[in-house]
This record gives sequence, C-alpha cells and structure tokens, in this order.
Amino acid sequence: MDYASSSPVDPRVIEAMLPYFSEKHGNPSSVHQIGRESFEAIEDSRRKIASLINAERPDELIFTSGATESINLAIKGLAFRRLDKGKHIVTSKIEHISTMNALKFLSTKGFKITYLPVDEFGFVDPVALNDAITRETILISISYANGEVGTIQNVGEIGKIARDQGVTFHVDAVAAIGKLSIDVRKDGIDLLSFSSNDLYGPKGVGALFIRKGTKIEPIIHGGGQERGLRSGSENLPGIVGFGKAAEIAKKEMEVETSRLTELRDKLIKGILKKTENVWLNGHPTKRLPNNANFRFKFIEGESLVLRLSDFGIASATSSACTSKTLEPSHVLLAMGIPAADAQGSLLLTMGRWTQNEDVEYVIDNVPLAVDFLRKLSPLIPQGDV
Amino acid sequence: MKMYSRKCMEHFRNPRNVGTIENPDGVGRVGNPVCGDLMEIQIKVENGILTDVKFRTFGCGAAIATSSMITELAKGKTLEEALKITRGDVADALEGLPPIKMHCSNLAADALHAAIKDYYERHGKKLEEYEERKKEGLIDGEKSTKT
Repeated sequence: MDYASSSPVDPRVIEAMLPYFSEKHGNPSSVHQIGRESFEAIEDSRRKIASLINAERPDELIFTSGATESINLAIKGLAFRRLDKGKHIVTSKIEHISTMNALKFLSTKGFKITYLPVDEFGFVDPVALNDAITRETILISISYANGEVGTIQNVGEIGKIARDQGVTFHVDAVAAIGKLSIDVRKDGIDLLSFSSNDLYGPKGVGALFIRKGTKIEPIIHGGGQERGLRSGSENLPGIVGFGKAAEIAKKEMEVETSRLTELRDKLIKGILKKTENVWLNGHPTKRLPNNANFRFKFIEGESLVLRLSDFGIASATSSACTSKTLEPSHVLLAMGIPAADAQGSLLLTMGRWTQNEDVEYVIDNVPLAVDFLRKLSPLIPQGDV
Repeated sequence: MKMYSRKCMEHFRNPRNVGTIENPDGVGRVGNPVCGDLMEIQIKVENGILTDVKFRTFGCGAAIATSSMITELAKGKTLEEALKITRGDVADALEGLPPIKMHCSNLAADALHAAIKDYYERHGKKLEEYEERKKEGLIDGEKSTKT
C-alpha cells in the first residue's frame, strides 16, 4: 500500500531489459552493428514513450536519470534560456520537493517565484493563475496530480492560459503518468517530466518531453547526447525497460485505472466507515485512481505507519516525524489543515499487484492500529476512544 | 530510513504503564501536538518513593517507546534518584535512538521531571534538586526542543 514511494519492476520489463546488459551492450553512438542496434533500441523506446503521452514526434523526448533530473532540466534549463524575457515563474504551494528546491535555488539567483495557494482539496485556481502572470513571466510549473493527496489539477485549462499568455508550461507528471491519460497536445503542455519507475519500469531513468520549438539550456554538459540537452552515455538497459513499461502502461491503462478506482473507493469508504474522527485528504473523485490519504485525529502518523507495518501493511505519512525538516507536509498545510491534524495523516497508494483481499485486509486492520494508538493518546479523555 | 532498535520496537509494541492514576500526586505534560509530540506522565508518591508512574503519549514511535521506558526506569525510585534520570539514560536503556529522534522525541525524562516538579509544588517544597539539575544542563526544560 505504498506504491507512491517505489514500485516493483514488471517482470515483462525485466525480460525486455536483460539482453541489454550483456550481448546487446553497444554504445548507440558507435557506427558498428551492435552500436546500431543500441541506437535502434533507444529510438524504439522513445517512440513508445512519445505515444504514451501523445507527443507529436518521438524526438521531443529527452532521456534523463529520473524525474528529479527532468524537473531540474525543465525549470533551470528554461529559466537560463529565457533570461532575455524575464525572471518570473509561477507555481503552486503544493509542488513536489524537486520543483520546490529547484525554484528555491533560482530565487537565490534573482528569479521571482509566485507560489499560488490551493483550496481545501488542493486545487489551483486557474483564474488566480491567470492573474499572477506578468510580462516578466517565463514559466508556469504545476503538477498534473499531487502524489500525496491525489488531487488532479485542471491541466487543460492551465495549458490554455499558458498558451494564450505566451508562457511556457511545465508539468510534473510523476504521480499521474501511467495512471491518467496524458495528452501533451490537447493539454497545451510544453515540458513534461516523469520517470520510468512510476510505470513499473526500472529506477535511474526518466524523461523530459520538450515540445518542438521550446528552447532550453542543458544543465549537464559533455559529449552532446540527447540533442546536446543531456550529455552522458545512454542508460541503455534502463531506456529499453522504460520503453517496454510505457508500452504496457498504454495498453493496460484503461482497464487498470478502472480496477484501481474501484479498489480506491472501496478503501476510502471502508476506512471512513469503520473509524471515528477520520477525514479524507484531497477530493473524493478528482483524485488519482490509486491514492487514498486520510487524517486521523488524536494520533501521530509515524507511529501509525509503524503499527501497520507490524500487521504487514506498508504505508506512508506526511507527519513531521518522518520528514527531514521535522515539519508536517507543506501540501496539507497549504490545504488549510491545522498542523496538529496534519501529523495524523496516512497515505495508502495501490498499484498493479494490489488485490481486493489486500484492500479488505487494510480496511480491517487500520481501525485496530488507530485504536491502539488512541488508547495511548493524552489528547482524548480516557475511555472515550 | 534508519530503524529503531529491537528494544525500542518492543516498548512501542507493548508499552508499559499506559494510562492515568486516580488522584495523582504529580502530573507532567511536555511537548505540543503541533510539533508532533505530546507526553503526559502521572506519578504516585509514598514516603518520597515513586510507587506508580503512568503515561499517555501522542507522538512517533520514539516518543511512545521513551515514555514507556521512563515509567519502568522511574518506578520504585526515590524522587531524588528519578530526577537524575536523563534523556541519555532513556535512550541508552532503549539501546539507542535514531539520531534525528534524540532531541525531538526524547522528551520522557522532561515529562517525568515536570511531574516531580508538580509534586513538589503541590507540597510547597523547594525544588533545589530540580533547579540544580537544570542548571547543570541535565534537564532541558519542559518545552519540546523541536523547532
């Protein structure tokens, strides 16, 4: 129940990758036969991934080491390229730490960042976004969906605003890729960051979609691979696995998304029904099909995760105790949830191998873990659990 | 992430002396739910000896394990002995705590000392021992040090 932090690699992906560790080891830049085969394998992956997001051309995709690098390349690469136009970037208060810290870095270099607030569900208001744009604005960076509370933004509408205002639109699609049908053309997306592991592909490989005509500076310099935008020898087995993962995701997404949505709704309903003083974080329906996020009053999230771990349930929390900053989740705080309540959050994320009986087991055991901790809690009167 | 010791998990799974005492002789409450930890220790004192110590804690695994451990360490001790129990003693008794937890969640000694202070105050007694320990830096005060 913790697919959001890491997903297993699909066995079909591993099978596709294996030859590229040994016999098919050629450097795609080499002109000999095995080099040529490697080149072809990479281009085949590029086509599969382009098709997953409905990119017009495969060469709009650049391979990176993962989503963090893609996000850094998109944001810094665009910022350094557009110094002539201005130094203003618009984002939201609930972005992933990769975006937040890349922007924080840019703010030390003279860039001005507008962090848009979100409503109680975590939605960015497109009108407020439109109003935040100035003549200096070079980039809008918003997540397709929030990995923590699951809220899916109105990306198409934001894309239209970006297009009308002539501002580049970057989308962090880490949480959404493979789960929602992303269409970079329809949604007016100029830059899209995501990684292979989000699709049950291997770790250590990601991609950045760069719409034809959108210009960015590289942040890694070297031998000029990936059209000069991302130097370094290609991670051949990783890219092959990424391509295979994208192919499977595209083929199975429709069935899988409806299966997960059903499990998600069962999980949410079950937990809310069987426990007192619990709320759903995020929107009941406009949320990722695999995401359920709750907050339980009177208890703290890390101890809940530990207790569930004893029941064999892997889960996550956004409490301060599990974060490096010792602050509760900036996402929950931005949604107006009081800090003390944000401490009691529980994030359950499902995936390709989650079955109905897993969900039932979780519904049965979460209340036990919550009761155990509430019996210890000084925040409720004795016996009133 | 760096895991809790076996001893720590054992106390987390089977916390000792949970609850409240009827007509306690002293109550100590430290921390703040906004920071993620709130501990309450209640004590019963007879002839200067802690005959009963109970806790209730809102917090992470370390907060619960340290609370449970301090009740075991303190029970049967004289007030003077109990005031000498430090945060370090609690962590040692639990076979160590992850470094990040050493300060933020290791409040149990403070909660115990606050309960003893409360006992002294109720009896109009001086807190020489307590103040002295505080001066020596062995008691960090009653508030969470988490920032």
